[in-house]
Amino acid sequence: MAKITLKNLSHSYLSKQNSDVDWALRDINIDWKDGGAYALLGPSGCGKTTLLNIISGLLKPTKGEVLFDDKDMTALNPVERDIAQIFQFPVIYDTMTVYDNLAFPLKNRGLSQTEIDTKVKEIGDMLELTPTLNNKAAGLTADGKQKISLGRGLVRSDVNVIMFDEPLTVIDPHLKWVLRSKLKELHQKINRTMIYVTHDQIEALTFADQVVVMHEGQIVQTGTPVELFEKPKHTFVGHFIGSPGMNILPCDIENGQINLGGKILPNKINLKNNNFKKTQVGIRPEFINFSNDGIQVKINRVSDTGRHKVIDAECSSGNIKILANSSTQIPSGSAHITFDQKYTYAYGDNWIIE
Amino acid sequence: MNKTLNQRAWLFVIPVFVLVAFNAAVPLMTVVNYSFQETFGSNVFAWEGTRWFKEILHSERFHASLGRQVIFTFIILLIQLPLGIGIALTMPKKGWGVPVCLILMSMPLLIPWNVVGAMWNIFALPDIGFLGNSLNSLGFDYNFTQQSGDAWFTTILMDVWHWTSLVVLLSYAGLNSIQPAYYQAAEIDGASRWDIFRYIELPKMKKVLTLAILLRFMDSFMIYTEPFVLTGGGPGNATNFLSLDLVKMALGQFDLGPAAAMSLIYFLIVLLICWIFYTIMMKDEGRT
Repeated sequence: MAKITLKNLSHSYLSKQNSDVDWALRDINIDWKDGGAYALLGPSGCGKTTLLNIISGLLKPTKGEVLFDDKDMTALNPVERDIAQIFQFPVIYDTMTVYDNLAFPLKNRGLSQTEIDTKVKEIGDMLELTPTLNNKAAGLTADGKQKISLGRGLVRSDVNVIMFDEPLTVIDPHLKWVLRSKLKELHQKINRTMIYVTHDQIEALTFADQVVVMHEGQIVQTGTPVELFEKPKHTFVGHFIGSPGMNILPCDIENGQINLGGKILPNKINLKNNNFKKTQVGIRPEFINFSNDGIQVKINRVSDTGRHKVIDAECSSGNIKILANSSTQIPSGSAHITFDQKYTYAYGDNWIIE
Repeated sequence: MNKTLNQRAWLFVIPVFVLVAFNAAVPLMTVVNYSFQETFGSNVFAWEGTRWFKEILHSERFHASLGRQVIFTFIILLIQLPLGIGIALTMPKKGWGVPVCLILMSMPLLIPWNVVGAMWNIFALPDIGFLGNSLNSLGFDYNFTQQSGDAWFTTILMDVWHWTSLVVLLSYAGLNSIQPAYYQAAEIDGASRWDIFRYIELPKMKKVLTLAILLRFMDSFMIYTEPFVLTGGGPGNATNFLSLDLVKMALGQFDLGPAAAMSLIYFLIVLLICWIFYTIMMKDEGRT
């Protein structure tokens, strides 16, 4: 069990770095509490697996430090760091039985036979592997094998942190739910620090208390699922989280106000325009309402998903998606909309202006 | 819709039939034919039934060469497999070393077999050969043309030099197909180097190693050219392996009937051992 701190971490797979794109990770600073459940969320290639491998000790960072409970771990290997990691696809020892697979990390750490036996049976029970304990691991289904990988991580009581690298990729959708709730349950039971890497926002948001959103090797925002939804600090977070994602429209910032295609949007604060190359306004489809006056839009398409309607509309500055209750009457042709002021944000060069 | 009946496609298959007939079916049937008959040349044949088979199976000469053959194959498998796997494990996985190693490893495989025999013959000559001369000047009494132990030593060394690369290349391919996550997981589980080999690398190499063993078994069990050029089966009968003996019987003594019977028995032994080995190795594969 440990608190995890990452200080000014940067990593590059190249020996020489000429520009920002040569870095797989740039200036990562993280403070994670002991016993928390965290998720690293981002699209493929954003650097989340690199970051995970640096925390676990499989990779040495080019720059920066990794601290567990304020102790410098940067130079230590995974065994010395006492961590557990579960990989994207099941990693099992084919020739061993399920029991031996689970016992393997304990044997290597020199535990006594009785201790091993108790631990393995306990974890076997927890993961519902008991009936197959004496089978060859190679004969199990994909989710059975992934449970073994999981079990090998959970069976050790000394781990500082358990890390999951997209562990549910190969699992059937209906089993994903089961395993994910199992993980959540396990977290509450054993109360260890857990880090979960995924590109699936639902997985991240349901698993973690704190979600770290990554984009092109940088952390763009850290926060609770609600914070990420209600106040994206970067346009990428707006896009990536929510379905459909945030509407991001080009706008001007004049006299501290947002000017969207000639229409001044009311704003609570005086926005500073620091000579941004690009200024945009962001509003989630959930926070747009139809009204009698406001921004004029043309309605192109309405799709009813059952629970709500998704409306594709068009204003002078671009396309807008609007989310409305299924019972809402949608005006046809042209209509007026207003943005909920509380959830309307201005972005300068993709970062929020506050 | 009516399908038009068109048998002309068979014409395309005819070349294959002809080819297979001439390179497999006809020669094999000729051998079968010979094995039941006595011939004195000039196309005169007399039916002998199973006489040659009985004779061969009870012949001490056959037992002796089969025994030599089994020992030879056993020894070279015992050396080449561990050595091949060992070399594959130490070969670099990336960088300029990879092509260098691969080319070096492929070289012996590209040399014609009789050239290998000739090379080693000269190399091992006790008076002028580098190997023979060096051994003798180091104080060893080495002469592969006169001492059977030295002849065996040289033949085995030659085969190891010639064929270990095949095991290396197959093992290397097998090792390279292992996902890095397996090594990472083992590292996290605290596995030792031996554990990694025993529980990850060896099981993952099972298929290529099965192939390597089969190929090396078949090739070494039928070895002819290299010992023919190197020792000619001698001194005496010391390195007279099965195929050398077979050729002596068929072409040296012109005993075509017994030689044919021996070929068939030889062929069946190879087939049987391969089949048993393959069946055992692949027993578990269907389930996963």
